[in-house]
Amino acid sequence: MAPVGPRTGDAIFSNVERVNAELFTLTYGAIVRQLLTDLEEVEEVNKQLDQMGYNIGIRLIDEFLAKSNVSRCIDFKETAETIAKVGFKMFLGVTASVTNWDADGTCCSIVLEDNPLVDFVELPDTCQGLYYCNILSGVIRGALEMVSMKTEVTWVRDMLRGDDAFELQVKLLKQVPEEYPYKDDE
Amino acid sequence: MATTACFIIVSRNDIPIYEAEVGSTAKREDAAQLHQFILHAALDIVQDLAWTTSAMFLKAIDRFNDLVVSVYVTAGHTRFMLLHDSRNDDGIKSFFQEVHELYIKILLNPLYLPGSRITSSHFDTKVRGLARKYL
Repeated sequence: MAPVGPRTGDAIFSNVERVNAELFTLTYGAIVRQLLTDLEEVEEVNKQLDQMGYNIGIRLIDEFLAKSNVSRCIDFKETAETIAKVGFKMFLGVTASVTNWDADGTCCSIVLEDNPLVDFVELPDTCQGLYYCNILSGVIRGALEMVSMKTEVTWVRDMLRGDDAFELQVKLLKQVPEEYPYKDDE
Repeated sequence: MATTACFIIVSRNDIPIYEAEVGSTAKREDAAQLHQFILHAALDIVQDLAWTTSAMFLKAIDRFNDLVVSVYVTAGHTRFMLLHDSRNDDGIKSFFQEVHELYIKILLNPLYLPGSRITSSHFDTKVRGLARKYL
């Protein structure tokens, strides 16, 4: 069956409610700032951001599926394309591209040229180990887990560390088969 | 390009948060301290003057021999102070306005604590570039 879902998120993006970009950026900045104050350790902040993203992701996937009308993806390649073209457009207003596939199609990179989360941000020397946008990797991990794909998401390139783009490596660890949660005799 | 110029930013709590010597003369050893001294001495005048006008740019508020102090006070009462020996008012005004924009960008960085020292090397390069362009 040919996929019938939208190829880009433009149409949906133009219909959803939006907030001012600066308000959004500064709110996220305030969260990171507060985490840095509370947890003190940069590593802990990375973990916490990832966990927050995960919590968002497991909820966001429902909203995504309800609004975007995408049908079941045939393989992981299509999943990655959908995240990059529809998902990012829908929720962040930017489009990402998918590259660097490995031979067996289980590992790829999502490249963001533009990232509204990092406007104004410059990492001071004290926070060099911080993955400022770690929430995004958590969101993807959480969302994919809800559609029965265990993934590992890591940052490869980060503009705040002097690279020329943001690159997220998404690695499919295993596909959990869907199963009925109860046995027949229970 | 001015032969002598010293630029500092003083936070609203009277703490210097950024300093740059932007002159082109060979540095005398005690020049930096002298410049600091003159600029800090001018802070009192700034305090009195800032409330008498709605303009942000206060030009030539104090002088020391042939050196003149010009100040730009932002809405948040951060003071940009420039010690200079050139008479290029328009250039100084443009310099302040562009530094103000840079400063706002620094202020919007969530990882920067308002009132703390500006350590960004990007900011430093930009300010020195502007100084070369306008002063």
